[in-house]
Amino acid sequence: MSEQKQLFKVTIDNITVEVEPGTTILNAARKIGGEVAPPAMCYYSKLKDSGGKCRTCLVEVAQGSAADPRPMPKLVASCRTTVMDGMVVKNITSDRVIDARKGVVEFLLINHPLDCPVCDQAGECHLQDLSYEHGAGASRYEFKRRTFEKHNLGPYIQLHMTRCILCYRCVYTADQVSGERRHGILSRGDHAEIATYIEKSLDNDFIGNVIDVCPVGALTDKTFRFKNRVWFTKPVDAHCSCDKCSGNVQLWMRGDEVLRVTARKDEWGEVKEWICNTCRFERKKVSDWVIEGPSKIDRHSVISQGHYVGVQKPHETVAKVTGRKPKLLMNIKNVSEVNQVDLSELKGPATSDVFKQIKKEN
Amino acid sequence: MQLTNKAKAVNRSPLTLMERLYFPAILKGMGITFSHIFKKKVTINYPEVTRPFSPVFRGLHVLNRDAEGRENCTACGLCAVACPAEAITMDAAERLPGEEHLYREEKYAAKYEINMLRCIFCGLCEEACPKDAIYLSETFAPSNYSRKSFIYGKDNLVIPHPQNDPEGFARAKGLIQERKEKTKQQTA
Repeated sequence: MSEQKQLFKVTIDNITVEVEPGTTILNAARKIGGEVAPPAMCYYSKLKDSGGKCRTCLVEVAQGSAADPRPMPKLVASCRTTVMDGMVVKNITSDRVIDARKGVVEFLLINHPLDCPVCDQAGECHLQDLSYEHGAGASRYEFKRRTFEKHNLGPYIQLHMTRCILCYRCVYTADQVSGERRHGILSRGDHAEIATYIEKSLDNDFIGNVIDVCPVGALTDKTFRFKNRVWFTKPVDAHCSCDKCSGNVQLWMRGDEVLRVTARKDEWGEVKEWICNTCRFERKKVSDWVIEGPSKIDRHSVISQGHYVGVQKPHETVAKVTGRKPKLLMNIKNVSEVNQVDLSELKGPATSDVFKQIKKEN
Repeated sequence: MQLTNKAKAVNRSPLTLMERLYFPAILKGMGITFSHIFKKKVTINYPEVTRPFSPVFRGLHVLNRDAEGRENCTACGLCAVACPAEAITMDAAERLPGEEHLYREEKYAAKYEINMLRCIFCGLCEEACPKDAIYLSETFAPSNYSRKSFIYGKDNLVIPHPQNDPEGFARAKGLIQERKEKTKQQTA
C-alpha cells in the first residue's frame, strides 16, 4: 500500500482533479485546462526554478487541505504553492483574485512602454494578452517611465531593456542551456536590468531560445526585426536534419519567403523543444526545410486572420463564355511597389538604403 | 386566394367622352411640367458649386505628419488588419541615424499603398490607427482611364510638408481638424 502513489484531490473553480503530491496549483489547473489555468508571465515549466516573480498567477485558497480546512489568509502564487489533499482553490470564481490580477497588470505596465505599434512581439505578446484580458483600460501612473541606454547584443538578438518585466526567464534559459552559472539581474528596484550575463553566453548554440521564452518584446529576433507584422506571416510546421537540435521548428512565411524561424509552442505558449541558433538564424530558405503543413492557430488569435481554411478558387467564367481572356486585367504584383524587397535575404531590418536600391533597379 | 388587402380591381369600364377627347389630360400634364419652371432648382453647377459634405463623409485617405513634418505612420499594420477589403499593404523599415527629421518613430512605412479599387471607404483604418496617422478626407477619388493609377502610394497619400509647403499643409490639416471637431460634436 505504501508503495502505491497516493494522489491528492484538488478542487479548482469547482472542478476536481487528482494530481501527484508535489504538483503546484498552477500545474494542477493546467491539467484541467481552459480558463481555469491562471496566467503566468514568469513561470516556465521547462525551466527549473522559474516562477514566483510576476504575481499574475495569484489564486485564492479557500480551504488549505482536508486535514486543516482553514483558508489561506492571503492570495498565493499558484506557480510556487504545492497542492494538499482536499485543497479548494478559487481562481476565476474569486473576485479578490480578479481584482488583484488587475492590480498586478497595472504594476507590470508601469514601466512598460506602450510601443506595441513598433514592437515586433505585438500579436504574440503575453503581456498584451494579459492586459487585454485582466487589465484596466488606463494607467494611473503619471511619472516618467524608466529608460536605459541601448545595448547591442550582436547581429542576432535585439534587446529592448525598457520593455523588460524582469521575469528572469531568459536568465534561467541562459543558465540552463549553457550549463554554467552566469550573472542574473544587475542593480535593484527601478534600475534592475538584464545585460551583462546575456553577452557572456552569446556564443552558446542555444542562446537564441531566450527570444522565445521572453513573454514581452524585450528580446526579439534581429533577423526578423521590422520585417513584417506577426499576423501577416503564415506559420507552418517544418523540420530539418540538424546535428545540434531536433530540427522541429515553426516557420513564419510570407509567400515563399521564410521571414522567421521559431521553436514550436504548446497551448501555454511554452517552447516544446529548444532549437539551435543555426536553425533559428541561418536557415532562411524554403529549400533548407521539409514543410509539414500549416500550424494550428487558435481562431481567436490575431495570427489566424487572413488564413483561410478549405479555400475553393472561383472558376473564371469570362474566358469560357467569350472564348478569349479579358483584356482589362491588372495584376497587382506588376503595379505595386510593396513586397519588392527580398526580406529573407536581409540580415537585419530593412532601411531606406534597401528601398533606394529597388528604385534604381526599376 | 387573397394574401393582402392591397389588391386593386382594374377599372375596365369604357372611356367617357372627356377621356376620349385626350386634350384635357394633355393640358393637365403640360401644366405640371411648366409649373416646374418657377420652382427652386434641385441641381447645382458642379464643379463651380459644390454641396457641403456630411460630417461623416469618408473620402480619400491622407497620411498625417506632425508639426515638425515627421511622418506619423509607424507601419504597425493595424489599418491593414482592420481593412475588410484588404486594400492596404505596407513595407516597414528601420529609421537610420540622421533620418529623425523624416519619421517620428524608430520604425516607419517605407512603402505604403492603398488600392483604391478595393477600398470601400469604411473608415476602419482611421479608427484602428493608434498613431493619428491615417485620415479619410473629404475628397473623392478622381476618375481615371487606367486601373494602375488607382494604386495610391505614399506620394499620393502623405500630406504636404509643413515647412516646404505650409499652405498645402494648413489646408490639409484644417480639413483634419474640422473632421475631428465634427466627430467630437457628434459623439458629445
